[in-house]
Amino acid sequence: MTIAWASFTPWLALSGGVLIGLSATLLWLGMGRIAGISGIAGSLFSLKAASGDRAWRWLFLIGLIAGAFIVHLLTGGLFEVRSGYPIWLLVGGALLVGIGTRMGSGCTSGHGVCGLARLSMRGLVATLTFMGTAFVTVFVIRHLLGFGGSA
Amino acid sequence: MKNLIALGAGLLFGAGLYVAMMADPNKVLAFLDLAGAWDPSLALVMVGAIAVSAVGFAVSRRMQTSFSGQAFAWPTLSKPDLKLIGGAALFGIGWGMTGYCPGPGFAALAINPAEALPYLLAMAVGMVFWDRLAVRGQTG
Repeated sequence: MTIAWASFTPWLALSGGVLIGLSATLLWLGMGRIAGISGIAGSLFSLKAASGDRAWRWLFLIGLIAGAFIVHLLTGGLFEVRSGYPIWLLVGGALLVGIGTRMGSGCTSGHGVCGLARLSMRGLVATLTFMGTAFVTVFVIRHLLGFGGSA
Repeated sequence: MKNLIALGAGLLFGAGLYVAMMADPNKVLAFLDLAGAWDPSLALVMVGAIAVSAVGFAVSRRMQTSFSGQAFAWPTLSKPDLKLIGGAALFGIGWGMTGYCPGPGFAALAINPAEALPYLLAMAVGMVFWDRLAVRGQTG
């Protein structure tokens, strides 16, 4: 293993993490809801949630999209936007993300951040599982198949 | 009040994802690529996020309700099961294929719509597909 010290951004990563943690804390202490993005999005798509429960979810997602865009404009762009990525990887992967997060009741935020922060055994098992399959998948795609960017 | 809290939390979450550079799938894949030039940054995103929210969850155990008066929606399941593991495994594969988990997928919508739009649409299809399947499993 070689570590890419040149692209290592510890302070940005920590500050971004703290902002995410503040967001999860605000949503939990403010209104008693877990900041799990797949859960929030999924209950909007499923058409089952009561109408009073839909407004805050839309506002959270709109805020998320706007928050990222505002910082993008303020900083003039911290990274180069990716283009030319194989569409079958993007769409096929997104289908699996949709199925997997509903089947497993959560994603990086719900299990990885909130689950671990409240010492949930389910959160820990889920996080170890999706980290594991993500590492293996990237290895297969980049180093065995030679797709998807730098090797 | 509830809606204002949600909007504020969403803004913070999106800003955090962007500052952490998780809206950049190349950055995420560099973290997931242990055999390449490994970029450990995202581990520190998790450390920061977990440390802060752990305080929030600990504080809430001493509160009757949340500040808006709404009850805390503690997750009801506590034991891992096969559905959790299978779902997390599929999610990880999809994350590794794309470089986006759901939060960054939304965060990238206004920044890189050419990728975020097909990603979010396909993710929504996957979610609805599973929900339909689960409903069918319960009734049939």
